[in-house]
Amino acid sequence: MLIEIKERSFEPYECLLEYQNTADFSGKYGATAVFVGSMRDFNEGDDVQNMTLEHYPGMTEKYLEKISKEAATKWDILDSLIIHRVGEMLPNDPIVLVAVWSAHRAAAFDASRYLMEELKSRAPFWKKEALMDGDRWVAKNT
Amino acid sequence: MTKTVVTVKFFASLREHVGQAESEILASDAQTVAAVWQLSTNGMELPENTLMAVNMEYVDADHPVQEGDEVAFFPPVTGG
Repeated sequence: MLIEIKERSFEPYECLLEYQNTADFSGKYGATAVFVGSMRDFNEGDDVQNMTLEHYPGMTEKYLEKISKEAATKWDILDSLIIHRVGEMLPNDPIVLVAVWSAHRAAAFDASRYLMEELKSRAPFWKKEALMDGDRWVAKNT
Repeated sequence: MTKTVVTVKFFASLREHVGQAESEILASDAQTVAAVWQLSTNGMELPENTLMAVNMEYVDADHPVQEGDEVAFFPPVTGG
């Protein structure tokens, strides 16, 4: 299980491979479910120039760890990985990577969905968008 | 060493709203999270939907506060 907050841009698929290659579930997994969330250049009908992601250091990691442990209790999974960006980013930049490994696909699918939904509702992150005519905090987490 | 203060943190739009990121109050002055808000913001109205945490765990406004605690106020989260 790994939780990581990145202050600079990261390449999710490289991180995924790097983690998988050093993990101790080699030969045991038949399924890998991967979710990558990226920054759009539009939101709520407006063009977005860039975005700043703020977090609550300490509590964010605590809750990502908490939901990872919950997923491991609820489903028969082998391992999970969550990487989340903070700081300033541009459209197309990856924001979040969630990956789950399991012997069979159902657990990996379900646990990865659970991790994303719980991350979005409980992990203390906040997005601020820069538009042409000023900044605004994102209020709706769709 | 006993800490007699409560550390108060504000994040995101709420930080901008109250005009401070962090402050300290005397633990003896506030027994609940709601009282911590009142004291640290000079009686500002608590915005609807504000989330609250004590020592990095979500709590309600009537949750007790003790010396050495870290109390945080922030808007609904928007990560992912």
